[in-house]
Amino acid sequence: MSTVLQATGIVAGYAEVEILHGVSISVQEGEMVAVIGPNGAGKSTLLKTIFGLLPVRKGTVLLRGEDVTNQPPDRIVTKGMSFVPQTENVFPSLTINENLEMGAFIRRDGLRERLERVYDLFPDLTDRRGDRAGQLSGGQRQMLALARALMLDPDVLLLDEPSASLSPKMVDSLFEKIGEINRSGTAILLVEQNAREALGRSHQAYVLAMGENRLEGKAADLLENEEVGKLYLGSDLNDA
Amino acid sequence: MLSPRSPFINAISAARSRYRSLGDTTSIVVIWTVIGALFVWAVIGETEALVIGIVTGSIFALGAIGLTLIYGILKFAHFAHGDTMMLSAYLAFFFLTGTLVGTGQTDAQPLRWALNDLPSAAEPIFGFSFGYGLLLSMVAAAVAMAIILVVLDRLIYRPLRRRSSGIVIFAIASLAVAISVRSVILIFWGPSPRFYVRGIRPTTDLPFDIRVVTDQFFIFAAAIILAGLVYMLLFRTKLGKAMRAMSDNADLALVSGINTERVVTWTWAIGGTLIAIAGVLLALQSQLKPELGFVLLLPLFASTILGGIGSPQGAFAGGMIVGISQEVAVTFDFLSPGYKFSVAVVILIVILLVRPRGLFGAPQR
Repeated sequence: MSTVLQATGIVAGYAEVEILHGVSISVQEGEMVAVIGPNGAGKSTLLKTIFGLLPVRKGTVLLRGEDVTNQPPDRIVTKGMSFVPQTENVFPSLTINENLEMGAFIRRDGLRERLERVYDLFPDLTDRRGDRAGQLSGGQRQMLALARALMLDPDVLLLDEPSASLSPKMVDSLFEKIGEINRSGTAILLVEQNAREALGRSHQAYVLAMGENRLEGKAADLLENEEVGKLYLGSDLNDA
Repeated sequence: MLSPRSPFINAISAARSRYRSLGDTTSIVVIWTVIGALFVWAVIGETEALVIGIVTGSIFALGAIGLTLIYGILKFAHFAHGDTMMLSAYLAFFFLTGTLVGTGQTDAQPLRWALNDLPSAAEPIFGFSFGYGLLLSMVAAAVAMAIILVVLDRLIYRPLRRRSSGIVIFAIASLAVAISVRSVILIFWGPSPRFYVRGIRPTTDLPFDIRVVTDQFFIFAAAIILAGLVYMLLFRTKLGKAMRAMSDNADLALVSGINTERVVTWTWAIGGTLIAIAGVLLALQSQLKPELGFVLLLPLFASTILGGIGSPQGAFAGGMIVGISQEVAVTFDFLSPGYKFSVAVVILIVILLVRPRGLFGAPQR
């Protein structure tokens, strides 16, 4: 198994505030990796920094062994990494079809095949391809956001809290879909507030706290871990 | 201590809360009813003013489409819009006649070359007052203005974007550009009015005893064609879709792999073309005058906001409505033609009170 994404010793933040103090993660080919941790641990900041939306102050990001540290997002996209932001992740005034076209903006050829492939994966979107994305429900928007990010058939997909603000039923079908994408060979780096769901479906996992690596290991092991259970899964509450 | 509020401000806030309670659907129905009634009344009573209004409106529409595109993608009010329109008109004048009037000089000293010197370039075509020389000059001005605006973006707006400056900084920077551009016009062409073609302009008689200057057909047709091309660009081409995507959500456009800086460059180039042609049409309709562009800002902003800022279709409709209202309003006996532009101010205030997002604008999130 080869490493698709390797971030080492990432230091980053906003303006004067340093949020990540040297975080390292790696994603192997075809793997699904969850990053969990309390609010303010720097989970979303980590994704944004890896994707070139925030400057890397120290550390390196390697994509398939190639150094992409501090490259702009539109370059990183061409190298096989895609990103789905947590909110406002569709273009509301564009149709569904146009949203997907924008996902493949940097490619001149093969738009039709790419669209077919993505519509096969998301049959619900097929019937509504002429509708504006602003008319979609919250769950459908998340599906469209995923579909947009898959237009370039990335090697690794970064997902920022995809389940936030969705109903429990939608969360299930969204994670089903994410699992399906992962089984088709796309590695996934997932940041989640919903730690139990994320750990239950991932291969590997990292726990971040205060901008540093706290724990890492097999997702299944972390699910059993006492500290994780106490802090992030609310198991002591359940036991009480 | 609260500062005392003027009765005017009090009246506005009172009116605002009253109209707010009307609700969204009611307000739009009321607005369209008023517009429709005025239009019917103009068709019956003031047909000639209506025709002139449509011509004025098509110039406003082109200007407003450019303004709304720049707002949509760059998210700031481009205060240099009117003055760059006038600069384009003067550039076309320069290409056409080769005339520069330096400060202090009384009369023009034409350069050796001018497009009007081309064989029969000044001979009128299709009954218009101008020949193909002006068409070539208009195209040359459009190319020049596209380049000028892209260069201005690199020199001024891009550094501001890099520092993520606020919208006020951008607006003030564009105001500075506006004032500089007007000074450039004064330096090179002086304060006196100029015309593309001297002498009496040919007219055409329409049914119902309406006589129009034949050039006005050209102005209307050019505006409609250009507006149609912009529509095709935005909804049929990849670049246009990327422009709409960026207008929706610039961060997501970047994340999708769209080179947003390149889209910005194209926006200035397309905006420059629209500005240039609107400017030449404006000068053809009235005259070349350095301060005319700045005066035009008010009706342009009124049109843009009436249509819903960021919406090109809205800008077109807004431009037409403001243009027609303004020409029809001054046919009232109590309103002297000097108050023409105050009509735009009234429309601007009313729409901001009743429906700030305009006729076609997206609901505020």
